Amino acid sequence: MIAVGIDAGSTATKAVLIDGDKIKALIRPTGWSPRQAGRDIYAELLNREGYSAKQIDKIVATGYGRIALDLAQQKVTEITCHAKGAAFLLPGADMVIDVGGQDSKVIKIDPKGKVLDFAMNDKCAAGTGRFLQVTAAALGLDVSELPEFSQVEKPVNINNICTVFAESEIIGLLAQGIKKEAIVAGLHLAVAKRVAAMVKRMSSGKQIVFTGGVALNHSVQKYLEQELGTKLYVPKYCQLAGALGAALLGLEV
Amino acid sequence: MADYRQMWTSLGMDLENHDKLCEVLPEVYTNVYLSQDNRPEGMDYFNFVVAEIHGVRPAELIEHQKKGGKVFGTFCIFVPDEIIFAAGGIATGLCGGSQFWVPGGEKVLPANTCPLIKASVGARLDKTCPFFRIADIYVGETTCDGKKKAWEILAEDVPVYVMDLPQMKRAKDIAAWEDEIKLFLAKVEETTGNKVTPEALGEKIKLINAKRKALARLHGARKNATLPISGKDVLLATQVSFYDDPTRFIEQTNSLCDEIEGRVAKGEGVFPADTPRIMITGSPMAIPNWKLHHIVETSGAAVVVEEMCTGSRYYENLVDETQTTLDGQIRALAERYMKINCACFSPNTNRITDIIRLAKEYKVDGVLDTNLKFCSLYATESYNVEKALKEAGIPVMHLETDYSEQDAEQLRTRIEAFLEMLR
Ligand code: SF4
Ligand code: SF4
Repeated sequence: MIAVGIDAGSTATKAVLIDGDKIKALIRPTGWSPRQAGRDIYAELLNREGYSAKQIDKIVATGYGRIALDLAQQKVTEITCHAKGAAFLLPGADMVIDVGGQDSKVIKIDPKGKVLDFAMNDKCAAGTGRFLQVTAAALGLDVSELPEFSQVEKPVNINNICTVFAESEIIGLLAQGIKKEAIVAGLHLAVAKRVAAMVKRMSSGKQIVFTGGVALNHSVQKYLEQELGTKLYVPKYCQLAGALGAALLGLEV
Repeated sequence: MADYRQMWTSLGMDLENHDKLCEVLPEVYTNVYLSQDNRPEGMDYFNFVVAEIHGVRPAELIEHQKKGGKVFGTFCIFVPDEIIFAAGGIATGLCGGSQFWVPGGEKVLPANTCPLIKASVGARLDKTCPFFRIADIYVGETTCDGKKKAWEILAEDVPVYVMDLPQMKRAKDIAAWEDEIKLFLAKVEETTGNKVTPEALGEKIKLINAKRKALARLHGARKNATLPISGKDVLLATQVSFYDDPTRFIEQTNSLCDEIEGRVAKGEGVFPADTPRIMITGSPMAIPNWKLHHIVETSGAAVVVEEMCTGSRYYENLVDETQTTLDGQIRALAERYMKINCACFSPNTNRITDIIRLAKEYKVDGVLDTNLKFCSLYATESYNVEKALKEAGIPVMHLETDYSEQDAEQLRTRIEAFLEMLR
């Protein structure tokens, strides 16, 4: 049986194909049309790996654009898919923390990757990649540069949870002559605290998989580990957990 | 809708703005309600009531006023309708459930006020709801802070009478509510110019009890494995019960019940057999707020019970009908009303007991614990609600939302994920 999972996220669309023990994956920008992005990535993945559409038994869509993906036979939310994907990436995992561009979620899972409970922040930019994007811009930096900037300094305290206010707070800090490095570290700590608060409301897991775009930022990871008092496992393909989970679910039925 | 423009004009309404509301409602109603499959025929009555929402019932109220009768607008299920009807008045619910009225409320209220209060104040000040224009007097209560202050603002525009609701449930609090009902009775007599006799009050106690029984019967039909009616339809009937003529409502609802009980007997449901059964609990859903029910029921689940003021809190517990003196009747009213478990009370552990009891009675698979944005009472209480439900092994998810549509897709994702978790 061969299954494809497509995760149409707000910024990137991810596709994973599972054929026995072979796993193939692709990441592309979503652009303005998730439906088109889904079709394109599917065609490209099949083409690149030498499969024809007839060989594919099941396509499962997830992510915010899943509704638009008319080529999928099944649509499953990103929460269920992330849980499934994370359990595969770290056998024995009991929790997933996913911090993406637009939202963050904490999912408790059982050994099979079934969701036991979850919490989600999708209303407010605090504790998401968006918070880092906006505040990095206020420092004249790109998000990708943030990790290297936060290496040494002791973090300065960022008091504002609200992204918009945090932005003006940063400008104030710069005016006081506080070093960029300390501010960047402070921003990472602020994100980590927000996410940690969400985790603690649910009681923390012991084997935690950290996924989503923000998981690529080692500094956030470090502070989050500090806040939670436990190590986090960041899979190499941390952005693919959703699509991987979707493909795995496709194999199940 | 028949032409009621002249009536609206004489009510001093803002017709231009009101037209905009009249334009959107039918479309929303078609989407949310008329698109459902296999609806009971008895829902035709409620379709009619909604189609004519700003026409038929307002015209009846005006007719009543022409004959010298008074109309009392209420906002909370603690206000004893029995007294109003016993004095020959008519009670009508006024809670606003549409985003349409929210900006009007925001002109005078802080933005971080719950949408129910904002919509209610906006509906009055913007002159876009006939019910808010018709009511001779509003009856407020000291429940949450937002409402307490809103009465003061509304009182500049319309007569408002406020009942002082205790916030605890000791014997002395029940006695205090009894006193408040007495004061209210005097106010109602003064406003209507009619005396409340024990005979009249006894009769109206029976009438409102009959309404509660009809609602309990309608809601209770969803205890069956076969669901003969959607949660959306039951919510709608409940919302209508707040302002419809009680006698007609009882008749129509009972005949709807005859029909759906017949469906149960034949095993004819409106959802597939294995549909997950959901309870919604939390702050009230005033008409036309159908948002959460609609999302749940278009995501593959059914709402089978509502522990809310537009649900079990409204119809559970009857008033003792055996009292023959005014004092005895008022005592009976106070005792019944003080059984309502609103989050404005401390402690409010009986609400949690109710939720767990209802979850068992209605065999729910999961609970959506919700509150309107900025309703700090229900938002704060959700901590204990969730804890108790988790201890009882009942899956629960907390949701906070308002009347706007902007979070609909995010809510849908959460609700779908919750349902996937239940499978
Ligand atoms: S929630 Fe409380 S204050 Fe609001 S209508 Fe219900 S009983 Fe009244
Ligand atoms: S929903 Fe909450 S804040 Fe709004 S009126 Fe009711 S109790 Fe008050």
